[in-house]
Amino acid sequence: MISAFRNTPAVLLALLVLLCLLAPVLPLHDPVAVSVAERFAGPSFAHPLGRDEYGRDLMSRLVWALRSAVFIAASSAFLASVVGTALGVIGGYVRGLTEIFTMRGMDVILCFPPLLLAMLAVTLYGPGPVTLIPVLGLVFVPSFTRVAHASVLTVRSHEYVEAARGMGMGAGRIMLHTILPNIVGPLIVQFSFVMAMTVVLESGLSFLGLGVLPPAPSLGLMIGAGRATLAQAPMLLVWPCLLLTLLILVLNAFCDRLRDHFDPRSASGSN
Amino acid sequence: MAWFLHRFLLSLVLLWVVTTLVFLSIHMVPGDPVELLLSQDGGTPDRATVEMIRKDLGLDRPVYVQYADKIAGIARFDLGRSIVDDSSIAQGIGRRLPRTLELIAAAAVLSLLIGIPAGIYAALHPGGLFDRAGSYASGFAQGVPVFVVGTLMILIFSQLLGWMPAGGYVAFERDPAAHLRFLLMPASAIAIGLSAVVFRITRASMKDVLPLDFVRTARAKGLPEWHVVRRHVLRNALMPVITIFALQLGGLLGGTVLVEYVFNWPGLSGMLVGAVNARDYPMVTGVILVVSALFILLNLIVDILYGIVDPRVRK
Repeated sequence: MISAFRNTPAVLLALLVLLCLLAPVLPLHDPVAVSVAERFAGPSFAHPLGRDEYGRDLMSRLVWALRSAVFIAASSAFLASVVGTALGVIGGYVRGLTEIFTMRGMDVILCFPPLLLAMLAVTLYGPGPVTLIPVLGLVFVPSFTRVAHASVLTVRSHEYVEAARGMGMGAGRIMLHTILPNIVGPLIVQFSFVMAMTVVLESGLSFLGLGVLPPAPSLGLMIGAGRATLAQAPMLLVWPCLLLTLLILVLNAFCDRLRDHFDPRSASGSN
Repeated sequence: MAWFLHRFLLSLVLLWVVTTLVFLSIHMVPGDPVELLLSQDGGTPDRATVEMIRKDLGLDRPVYVQYADKIAGIARFDLGRSIVDDSSIAQGIGRRLPRTLELIAAAAVLSLLIGIPAGIYAALHPGGLFDRAGSYASGFAQGVPVFVVGTLMILIFSQLLGWMPAGGYVAFERDPAAHLRFLLMPASAIAIGLSAVVFRITRASMKDVLPLDFVRTARAKGLPEWHVVRRHVLRNALMPVITIFALQLGGLLGGTVLVEYVFNWPGLSGMLVGAVNARDYPMVTGVILVVSALFILLNLIVDILYGIVDPRVRK
């Protein structure tokens, strides 16, 4: 039974990403076009999920909100992975004072609950995507640094690293060409994990009105707005909740699969 | 003893670094922080207001004076005043923090009551229906964001079924029953995700301990099964559960913000969300300092407890 569903998360994730990429060319209505006369219009052939509190097409808003969630999560996770991996690799390879500074620096970031750190940044820089991506990136730098650091510590004493050093390769080249390719597995797993976490954090911030700004479609914002119209139009709330949950569960399941792939010892048996 | 002292000093250093960073954060903003704080509506703020707030925040003095002032203030539990309504930040936190902690405590108790027995049962019947269902359910519960759980709970239990108030708060001393009624939904919303974590750790930890020799010996002695589980397995399996659980609780200090907001629970979050929206900088940093300090304290307590219970850690 398991083997038949082995690739389900990957397939679902691919479909979701495809939907995000194709959003501009799909025959969808304008996600921000307001039509006050048709507020809360029920499902129809042209608008399969109906319209929201401003008469905007719900289905198109959902697709664009998904696109923005995936885009923000991917960009911040990418930013965090580049910075975090660089710090972890340098700290783990150079050791000494550099290592103390990078790793203790991460301990400091970890003292702040992620949501609160993001809120501090929003207070200082104001809400919006320009604040959001660097902040979410910063919050998840430590998770990459720790993974990279731990992996480098196991790899650095291997013979091929010794050999590269013996051949006179510089520290920069060794880190980039010899060490990095050998620790990429756990980093990819971490990437998918962090993506799921950023989706959660971004939607939470947007829900509070501190992330993506209206009228741009965002799942968190839509859930927040849906609370006000709970009695008239519960589906305005239910659809974004379902889509957000689906996205997170698919990312989590994909992450588990990746982990099984790169570390077969931890595969299904123990879990 | 040296280990405990070392651990304690490390926490103090972390606390100092965190305070300094929070202090510096306003100076790391490019441009004039006060103008930036005031310019959220797009217009240029007028000079007099800028000067007033700058004086209020003490930003017109040299940075090192401001820093010394800030540290001295914190030592007296004085976190300054709000720029919006000039209320004392420390007093506001003192009034609201207990409510946040109460919510966390209620959620913690609920999730331990659900997660530990479920985890034990699943570990004792591996591969059974409960074990497999629990594994899927906990993956699901851990994934759904807490504000989605809360919002859907309101939709179902308040809007559709009408069993519960959608949110609010009544002081315990005024009406204990109503107080608990208001507490139940937010606490459950947190407990759903948290009990999934407890379930998973308990189950994994039990599975690590069950095949060990001393468990076999206990069984071979002819002890009844419940006795083996309670006195031999659980005692050894619960330690990692408690540790990871305590660390999760630290994370909750930040996570409750969303739940409190969803259910209008007047804890720290109401203060914080409003302050972020109004860009009330001293208020936001005050709350963040307190929460981070609690987080560091919690980690210290966990470490020290662990050091007492398991002396090998001190090496």
